[in-house]
Amino acid sequence: MYAYDEIDRTLVNERVSEFRDQVKRRLSGELTEDEFKILRLQNGVYLQLHAYMFRVAIPYGTLATNQLRALAHVARKYDRGYGHFTTRQNIQFNWIKLAELPDALADLAEVGIHAMQTSGNNMRNVTSDQWAGVAPGEIEDPRIWSELIRQHTTLHPEFSFLPRKFKIAITASDHDRAAIKIHDIGLRLIKNEKGETGFEVLVGGGLGRTPFIAKTIKHFVHGRDILSYIEAILRVYNQYGRRDNIYKARIKILVHELGIEKFSREVEEEWQHIRNSSLQIDDEVIEDIRSRFTYPAYEKLPHMPDELRQAAADPEFEAWRKNSVAPHKVQGYSIVTISLKPTGGPPGDATAEQMDALADLADKYSFGEIRVGHEQNLALPHVAKRDLPALWKALDKLGLATPNVNLITDIIACPGLDYCSLANARSIPIAQELTRRFANHELANLIGRLHINISGCINACGHHHVGHIGILGVEKNGEEVYQITIGGRADENAALGTLIGPGVKFDEVADVIEDVVEAYLALRERPEELFMDTVKRLGVEPFKERVYATR
Amino acid sequence: MPLVNGGKIADDSFVKLAVDTPLPEGGDILVPAERFLGEADALLKRSGKVGVIWPNNRDIAELVPYLGKIAAVALVFPTFRDGRAYSQARLLRERYNYRGELRATGQVLRDQFVFMLRAGFDSFEVKKQADAEAFMQTAKRYSVFYQPTGDGRVTALHRRMQLRHSEGVGT
Repeated sequence: MYAYDEIDRTLVNERVSEFRDQVKRRLSGELTEDEFKILRLQNGVYLQLHAYMFRVAIPYGTLATNQLRALAHVARKYDRGYGHFTTRQNIQFNWIKLAELPDALADLAEVGIHAMQTSGNNMRNVTSDQWAGVAPGEIEDPRIWSELIRQHTTLHPEFSFLPRKFKIAITASDHDRAAIKIHDIGLRLIKNEKGETGFEVLVGGGLGRTPFIAKTIKHFVHGRDILSYIEAILRVYNQYGRRDNIYKARIKILVHELGIEKFSREVEEEWQHIRNSSLQIDDEVIEDIRSRFTYPAYEKLPHMPDELRQAAADPEFEAWRKNSVAPHKVQGYSIVTISLKPTGGPPGDATAEQMDALADLADKYSFGEIRVGHEQNLALPHVAKRDLPALWKALDKLGLATPNVNLITDIIACPGLDYCSLANARSIPIAQELTRRFANHELANLIGRLHINISGCINACGHHHVGHIGILGVEKNGEEVYQITIGGRADENAALGTLIGPGVKFDEVADVIEDVVEAYLALRERPEELFMDTVKRLGVEPFKERVYATR
Repeated sequence: MPLVNGGKIADDSFVKLAVDTPLPEGGDILVPAERFLGEADALLKRSGKVGVIWPNNRDIAELVPYLGKIAAVALVFPTFRDGRAYSQARLLRERYNYRGELRATGQVLRDQFVFMLRAGFDSFEVKKQADAEAFMQTAKRYSVFYQPTGDGRVTALHRRMQLRHSEGVGT
C-alpha cells in the first residue's frame, strides 16, 4: 500500500476546495455550463442520461480497506447504494447530485482518494497490473513507478488541456494484465544487460472508432529518464496533435499520420533537450516512494496446508479454487480474484454492503488490501492458503464466489444505453442474458478461457475490439444492431478482432454467441485448444458460415 | 478587458496593432507575429516598447533571434480548452531563457491561473472582471506542486528530499 504523506494530503484537500468553489460558482451562474463542463470533467463528473455520473480514481488498482469502506459510504450516502468498477481501475457512481459532490469528494479525501483527471482531455488515472507486487516472476513492483507517474501527471501545468484524453498503463510481468498495448503510452518494466531498471515504451495504442495497437517507440528508457521521456512525448503531442476533429485527436492518429519513425525522431529531439534536467530522477527519490509502500509481514507457511487438503473434498470449493485462485510469489499464499460477474448481474457492480463486507474480509484475510483489475473484477492479493476455505464460504454468502473468472460469463461491458448519453445501444442487458445462457459452470469450464467484451457505441469503453468475442452495439434505422467480432485480445499479444458478418438484432445476440461457441467446440482440435487459438488457426470463415448459414 | 500584471490589475501600456494598422509615432505596441517578422527592424527602431502576439500553431523557435530585443510576448488561448500555449510558454522561459513580459491572451479564466503561472506567464488579459479581481486569491489556491517547471516553485519530490535530509541530521 502507498501511504499518502502530508504533502499528498494537502494537494488533494486543495483540489477539493477548488472544486467546491467551482461548483458554487456554477450554481450561482457565475460560470457558464460551457466553462464548467471542462472543470467538472477534470474532476470526473459527467452528465449522463439520467443524472451526473462521478468517476473516482483507484490509481494502479490498489485499495486499502478504509478506502473501500469510504467508497461504500459514498455509494450509500450520495448514490443509490452501489458502485460500478470500470475497465480503467476507476469506480463510477451513477446518481450523484451536483450540489453534494464537494462533500462526497471531501469524504473521499479523508482516506486519500480523489477523482482528479478521471475524465477530460488530460492525463488519466495511471493503471497497472492488479497483481502488481504479488505475481510470481515479476521484475519489480510496477506500482512504485506508477505512483511516481501519478504524481507527475497530477495537475500538470503544461498538459491539462491536451488535444484529447491520455492514458498510461504499466506492467512488470511477461503476461500483460494491464492491457498496455491499447494505451496512449504503454510501459513495460524491464532490466537492461547491466541489471538496471527501465522501460520499453510503447505509444499510440487505443480503441474507439479507429483502433490501433501501440507501437514500440523506444526499446529501453532508463528509469531515471522516464519522466523526461514521457514529458517529451506529451510535448510533441500537445503541440502537434490534431484539435480540429475530436475523432482524430488522440495520439494514435498523430503517430499513425506521422509514422512511428518520424514521431519517434520528434520525441527524441525534444527529449535530448530535457533529459538532463530536474526531471531526472535519482535513486533516492525512488527509494522515498518505495519506502511509503508497505508490504505484508508474510508468515512461513506450508505449500499445502491441512485446511486446503480437507476442503478439496468439496466440489463446489474446488470449482471456485481452481477458477479464482492464482499462485502468489510467496509460498503458502494465493491471489484470489473476486468475480463481480454474477449470473444475471450487471458486470462490475458492487453494492455498498458487498464493499463493506469485502473490506472486513480483506482485513481478516488479505492484510487489509484489495485490488481492482481492468476486467472489472476485484482481487484479494495476499490470502494464506489455509484461509481459502473460510474465505470462500464468506464470499459465497455475499454472492461474490461465482467461479467464472476468465470464462465466458466474465464479461467486460460498458454501461451502455442504460446510463450513458453517448451510447447507441444497450450493453448490460446483453451481458446479463449471456451470463444466464452460460450459467452452467460445467459448460463454461468446458469452453475454457474466453473473454467477451461489449460496447454500446463506437467509443469502445467495453473494449470490444480486443475481446476474444467482441460485441459492438450501433444504431441503424432507429434500432439497436450488434456487430460481432472474433479473435481480438488485450494481452502481450494484443490484436484487433475481425468482423464475422452483418450486424444482428438485440434479441439475436445471445443466439449468435451460442452459435459461435458451438462452432468453436466442434472445430477445436483438442479441449486444451483455447477459443483464441482455434480462431487463429482457422480464421473467421468457419465461424461465419456457422452463424449465418441459417440466418 | 482587465489586465493583471505583477499580481494586480494594472493599466495596459501596449496598444495592439492589426496587420494593417498604421504604425503610431510613439508608445508601446503589440504586433502580430507575421507583421513583426516582416518589419522587425523598423519596429524595433521606434522609441516605444515592442511586443509580439504569437499564434499557438507557429513554432516559437522562430522568435528566438528577437527575444533580447522585445519587451513582451503575448501567447494565445483561442479557447481555454486549447493548451498549446502552455508548451510555448515553458519553452520561452525554460529553453530560451526569455525574461520579458509573458502575457496570456484569449479566453483567460480564473481556473487556469495557477497552470499559467506555473508555465511562466506573468501577465494576463482576463476575460471577466470578477476573475481579475480574484487573481491573488486564486493564485494561492495550491501550495503543493508535483512537477518541476521554470517558475521555481519547490516540488513535492524536492520537499520530501529536504525533509528526509533534515530528519537524517537529527538522528
